[in-house]
Amino acid sequence: MHPALLGLITIIVGVGACIGYFWASNQILDKFIFPAKGPNAGRNINRANMIRPWLFLFPALTALGLYLAYPVVETVRLSLTDRDQGGAFVGLANYQQMMGEPKFWEALRNNMLWLIIVPAFSTGFGLLAAQLTDRLKWGNIAKSLIFMPMAISFVGAAVIWKLVYDARPPGTEQIGVLNAIYVYFSGNDPQQWLTIPFWNSILLMIVLIWIQTGFAMVILSAALRGIPEETVEAAIVDGANPFQIFFKIKVPQIMGTIVVVWTTITIVVLKVFDIVFAMTNGQWETQVLANYMYDKLFRANDWGVGSASAMVIMLLVLPILVWNVHNARKEMR
Amino acid sequence: MDNIAGTKSSLNWAVQISTLALVLLWLFPTVGLFVSSFRTADQISSSGWWSALGTQTSQNPAIRIEGEEFVDGDLFVIEGQLFTNADIEVSAWGTSSRAPQAFVPGDVAELSRDRTITVDVGGAYRFTATESQEGQRLPRVFTTATAPPEFTLDNYRTVLVSGNATDNLAKAFFNTLTVTIPATIIPILIAAFAAYALAWMDFPGRALLVAVVVALLVVPLQLALIPLLKFHNEIGIGKGYIGVWMAHTGFGLPLAIYLLRNYMVGLPRDIIENARVDGATDFQIFVKIILPLSFPALASFAIFQFLWTWNDLLVALVFLIDATGETTVMTKQIVELLGTRGGNWEILATSAFVSIAVPLVVFFAMQKYLVRGLLAGSVK
Repeated sequence: MHPALLGLITIIVGVGACIGYFWASNQILDKFIFPAKGPNAGRNINRANMIRPWLFLFPALTALGLYLAYPVVETVRLSLTDRDQGGAFVGLANYQQMMGEPKFWEALRNNMLWLIIVPAFSTGFGLLAAQLTDRLKWGNIAKSLIFMPMAISFVGAAVIWKLVYDARPPGTEQIGVLNAIYVYFSGNDPQQWLTIPFWNSILLMIVLIWIQTGFAMVILSAALRGIPEETVEAAIVDGANPFQIFFKIKVPQIMGTIVVVWTTITIVVLKVFDIVFAMTNGQWETQVLANYMYDKLFRANDWGVGSASAMVIMLLVLPILVWNVHNARKEMR
Repeated sequence: MDNIAGTKSSLNWAVQISTLALVLLWLFPTVGLFVSSFRTADQISSSGWWSALGTQTSQNPAIRIEGEEFVDGDLFVIEGQLFTNADIEVSAWGTSSRAPQAFVPGDVAELSRDRTITVDVGGAYRFTATESQEGQRLPRVFTTATAPPEFTLDNYRTVLVSGNATDNLAKAFFNTLTVTIPATIIPILIAAFAAYALAWMDFPGRALLVAVVVALLVVPLQLALIPLLKFHNEIGIGKGYIGVWMAHTGFGLPLAIYLLRNYMVGLPRDIIENARVDGATDFQIFVKIILPLSFPALASFAIFQFLWTWNDLLVALVFLIDATGETTVMTKQIVELLGTRGGNWEILATSAFVSIAVPLVVFFAMQKYLVRGLLAGSVK
């Protein structure tokens, strides 16, 4: 069958099944199981209302359970077993093997660098952009242009930045802007930037910073707008200069939002895969955990170590997960 | 207002200029790709895209002269034309790779054994020797030529309609679309019902379920790859569209439920309670009141999910693309192009631009909803 046709049928069947399910299950509940008439009408209505939420939740809970909750448990199990031995329990052997691999430590070290640099610079640039555009006439246009990379795929961004980092042989015209500037000012030969360890990781991080700054800017810009005008006016009356107003009055008031932005970008960083996969594929010491895991799972076909490295990512996400749940519960009260 | 805010005009200028600098810095890489996608392969590789509008100077590969020898006085002469393109102007030339720009057009170069050669601006050359060059190797000419800037739609033609299987993106484009649309629509419906229950129905365990959704929001989907691939193989759908639709639906649900619930909680209580008093069932309230009122939140999530599924690489790699490559998506094909066509920027830039054009249109058209969704979706 042609995939487009299959897609159309899926939409119709999927949407139809959803609506059909919700409608029919509600009908059955109200008309047949607990009809709201007859001698027990009152009791039946109450009972129906106790069951109804679960009818509404059932498809979502099934999908969430199957596609997110079950895999977490299953990954824990897989990380403790060995596929080659028919799935036998091997304890922490996979973790031991992983710890023995220099590539893993390289990935972990790089991930830590990413975790520090990308959220810091994205939030920093985002805050700068939010403050700069705050009272500008053309602020909205500026914002939407800085925000634009959010719509670009990591792969598209990888191509865009590979052109920036491109190198041509010495003596010829450079078409990558980084080398063009470098050769012009230093007079040295052009560099293959993506093959120079350490700096190549930084160059990959720049791609993600470029994408995430817009996100940080949008959130922080809304937070800046929410600051009570009186606090700023009071500071002006007291003779504060613009920098003091920004750092001593505004930033402390939006600290909560800054933390939210920081943690959200941290999550993105932990899962970063496409950029490294497309630009260097972890060569020249640019490996990161997500790409290391992909290598283990689908190139080396080693599910045990692959699952173990996925658990490392999960472990790094865990503090943020707990913090988010804690905050959400606080807010619900 | 400006005075109240304490801005001085000098500071105002500094703000304007810094903002402009920041915007240009952020725009620069994308513009480079866009401009490159309209340039010819030769011009891309001979000059940076920022000089695309200027006269193009390029060093041409060496051309070994050839032609009929004729006798002119006591000299043996060969004359001819280096280029077929009449627009090219020679700015410098030479006879060895060590000094390819030794002469300007019109100069006469003295070669060994009393031979001479001269090249003019148009690329016409005249070679003279005191003895016949029959059977001898004739000299090579190195030229640096200038040509007017050239822009073309050929790259788009190659990428969109040519028959070349590695370069043609049309199939991948439609595959991406096929993945994206059902994967955007289906989770919205499922999530909307769940969000309504979590927002407006009272039942034990509701707070716990909301916490679970918040927790699942950040679970890395890396954990799901192997268990779900195994699951898909066991139930017999293997790798394919159905699998990728289901995966995207599952992965998109936490954000969808979270966004929609946050929005629905904020809807006015009166409307819903009045409807209840009037005897409307929950199903009717949901379909007739909640869904239409939640349109902004639905739109926000739809945009997120669309961008995310369109731009996705990992989920497609794991759940969709099989060994035949029939179901490849654009992101995957571009990664392959980066490997096989690493230096062919005209193909790469054009493919990348085709793949980001649709999200960019959606982005600029629906930015309002995207921003609103971001503000509601970031866990506070």
